[in-house]
Amino acid sequence: MQYILLIHGDETPFATATPDMTTKMSASYAAYSQALVEAGAMVSGERLKPSSTATVVRVRNDRTEVLDGPFADTKEQLGGFYIIEAPDLDAALGWAARCPGASHGAIEVRPVWPMQG
Amino acid sequence: MSPDAARAAAELAARQSYGRLVAYLSARTRDVAAAEDALGDAFAEALQRWPAAGVPDRPEAWLLAVARRRAIDALRRSRTRLASQDHLVMVADELAADDRAGEVPDERLRLMFACAHPAVEPGIRAPLILQTVLGFDAATIASAFLVSPTAMGQRLVRAKVRIRDAGIPFSIPERGELAERLGAVLAAIYATFTEGWSDPSGTDPQRRNLAGEGIWLGHLVASLMPAEPEALGLLSLMLFAEARRSARRDAEGNYVPLADQDVGQWDARLIAEAEALLRAAGRKHALGRYQLEAAIQSAHAVRCRTGCSDWAAIRSLYDALAMLSPSPVVAINRAVAIGELDGPAAALAELDRIAGDRRVAQYQPYWAARAALLARSGDVEAAAAAYRRAIGLERDPSIRRFLEERREALCQAPQ
Repeated sequence: MQYILLIHGDETPFATATPDMTTKMSASYAAYSQALVEAGAMVSGERLKPSSTATVVRVRNDRTEVLDGPFADTKEQLGGFYIIEAPDLDAALGWAARCPGASHGAIEVRPVWPMQG
Repeated sequence: MSPDAARAAAELAARQSYGRLVAYLSARTRDVAAAEDALGDAFAEALQRWPAAGVPDRPEAWLLAVARRRAIDALRRSRTRLASQDHLVMVADELAADDRAGEVPDERLRLMFACAHPAVEPGIRAPLILQTVLGFDAATIASAFLVSPTAMGQRLVRAKVRIRDAGIPFSIPERGELAERLGAVLAAIYATFTEGWSDPSGTDPQRRNLAGEGIWLGHLVASLMPAEPEALGLLSLMLFAEARRSARRDAEGNYVPLADQDVGQWDARLIAEAEALLRAAGRKHALGRYQLEAAIQSAHAVRCRTGCSDWAAIRSLYDALAMLSPSPVVAINRAVAIGELDGPAAALAELDRIAGDRRVAQYQPYWAARAALLARSGDVEAAAAAYRRAIGLERDPSIRRFLEERREALCQAPQ
C-alpha cells in the first residue's frame, strides 16, 4: 500500500530560523529520508517552498481566476510530503510519528488510490 | 453536592470499580460489550443523580444495581435465543442479588485471562485489558499504541464479539496451561507499561499515565496471584524501571542515557520494593523471562552501591534470556553487555549475527547501539552512518537531539 504523509506546520519559526537551526532541521530530515530509503519504504518526497510563493488557479464559467497565496489561509501550512510504501495504516502511522515535523507540526496520513492496472 | 464534586466522586468510583463491575457483569454472559454499555449508562445516571442526592454509601453496589437493570432492559429489547438464555441468567442474578451483601466479588483476573486468551489476536490483548479493566476509551488507547482511533475501535469491538461468540471462558486456566496463559496476560500488561515508558517526560497527556497503569495492573495480578513467581517478577521489573524515571531527563528536558544517569536520582524506595519482590519470586524456584529481566535491572541497580553495573552478571542473565525467549531486543542488549566486558569488536560481531533480521531495519536501538560500538572501535564513518540511521528512526525529539549531538561530536573529534 502507498500512503502520502502531508507535513503541515507553522512556517514562521523557519522564516526567522538561524542558519544553525536550519542546518539541524535539514540534518534531521536527511536522516529520516535515509531511514525510509534503507527500510525500503521510500517512494518519493519533496520539501516545498513557503506558502507565500503559492499561487491558486480556478477555472469557472470559461474564466480563469488566479490568486496569490496558499489555498487555505491557516497558521499551519503544507510544507512538504513523502509518499511511502507501508504494509498497512499502522506501519504508515509509525513512519509519520518519526517524521521530524511531527514533534512541532502535524503529519496527515492518507492512503493513495491504487493505480487501476 | 456540587456537580464538580459529584463528577469527581463518580470518576473515583469509576477508577476503583469499573473493571470489577465489567468483570462481574460479564463473567457469566461473556458479553463484555453489553456489560460496558450497561455500566456506561449507570455512570451517566450517577452523574445526573449524585449531585442532588449525594454519593451513596456503597457506590459500587449502586452502580451494579443500575447496570444490571439496564442490561436486563437491553436484553428484553433484543430477541435472540441466546439473549433469552442470558436474560434468564441475568434475572436469576438480579433476584439472587442482595443489595445489602458486601463487596462485589473480584473477577478481574478472569476477565484478564479472557482478554489474553489464545483465540484473541495478540496485538489487541493489551488494548482490550486497558479498556475493560481500566475503562480507557478507544481514542486514548489508539494514541498510546499509535494506531488510528477508528481502527482501534473496530478491533476492540471485533475482539469482544469473538469473546462472546467463540465462548471464550472467563476462568483461571488449569495448572497445566497456566504458565503459558499467564504469560499472555503478563505480556499484555508489560506492553502497556512499555508504551507509557516511551514517553518518559510525561508530556503526552494521552500516554502519560500508561506506565503507571501497567504498574497498577501488575500490582493487581501480583496481589491476586501471589504464588506466581513470574507475576512478581514482572512487577519487580516495572518498579526497577520506574525507579529511574526522573533520572532519564535533565533539568532542560534533555535525554540522559542509562550509563550517564545520576544514581542519586534513582528512587531508592522503589528499588528496595523491586528487590524484595524479586527475592520473593526467586524463593519459588521457577525461573522465567520476567524474573531474568528484573534480575538484569537489579544488576544495574548495584551501581547505587558500587558505582558500576555488574556487567558479568548482566551478560550471563542475557545468555539465559536468549535461550529462554530469544528476540532481536535481547540480542542487542546482550551485545551491549559483551561490549562492556570484551570490547566493541566482540559486540559488533554479535550484532552482525542479527543484521539480517527484517525487524532491525526499523529498530532504532539496534542502530544506536551499533553506532556507539563503531565509534568506540574507531570507525568514525560507519558510526556516523549508523547514528544517522538511528536519528531517522527515532520518534522522541529529545532522544533525536541526543543522537544528533553524539554524531556531531564524533565528526568534529580530531582524527
